[in-house]
Amino acid sequence: MTVEALLQHGFQAVTLPEGNREIDGAYIGDLLSWVMGRATADNAWITIMSNVNVVAVASLADVSCVILCEGVVLPEDVKATAEQKNVNVLTTEMPAYQAAVRLSQLI
Amino acid sequence: MSEKLNFHFDVDGTDFTSAGQASVQVKKNLRRLGIAPETIRRVSIAMYEGEINMVIHAGGGEADVNVSEDEIEIILTDHGPGIADVEQAMQEGFSTATDSIRSLGFGAGMGLPNMKRYTDDMKIETVVGSGTTITMRISLM
Ligand SMILES: Nc1ncnc2c1ncn2[C@@H]1O[C@H](COP(=O)(O)OP(=O)(O)O)[C@@H](O)[C@H]1O
Ligand SMILES: [Mg+2]
Repeated sequence: MTVEALLQHGFQAVTLPEGNREIDGAYIGDLLSWVMGRATADNAWITIMSNVNVVAVASLADVSCVILCEGVVLPEDVKATAEQKNVNVLTTEMPAYQAAVRLSQLI
Repeated sequence: MSEKLNFHFDVDGTDFTSAGQASVQVKKNLRRLGIAPETIRRVSIAMYEGEINMVIHAGGGEADVNVSEDEIEIILTDHGPGIADVEQAMQEGFSTATDSIRSLGFGAGMGLPNMKRYTDDMKIETVVGSGTTITMRISLM
């Protein structure tokens, strides 16, 4: 399924510069090197981290989107950077586990 | 492409909130050259890990990326403290990063292992008290 299709399923858009990207699985993690080592391209990356380095890692690791769980809010300046770097970011009130379960039902 | 292309970057060691700029630029350059996405991904991650290390452990440094027909070579040079025990530093989970760096999501002790995992060859030359040079190669063949 595409990233933007998640909007109908309990995920809200923060910024979706490439909303038509396909999601192929998910990786949950907050430690950046684990994400770079273990996530694969086109995964959705589920995390509670919201600093600017998240945008760089998402871009370099080529994940399809970042999903901020637990209602984590992305700072405005980080949102602008994400937009600029074509990184999709969504947010959800769900904890990481539930977000992943929901994703697995959808993709 | 028959000529060798070289990209050079100074990596600022004072601001690690914006660290990674050289890697992001390299990713863009490689895209323009039409390099395969999975190769770009490996180069970008390996270089980013090395760039972050120079910023958090060595006060910054320099990065050179050489692209030829058959390989991409990344050379990272710093004049930081050097690495006393390379074998230990290469172990997954080993890190001397401070708590404030960890709170940003770095310092998992997976950087050097990732650099090795994503490249075809990695060489670490380091002298305690004078600095570190890491050379990584990724084959394009
Ligand atoms: N360029 C460098 N200069 C000095 N020490 C380094 C450098 N790169 C890595 N190290 C040392 O090796 C350790 C492991 O590096 P790494 O695997 O990237 O983990 P991390 O950066 O998360 O600590 C670091 O904690 C640090 O002690
Ligand atoms: Mg590191």
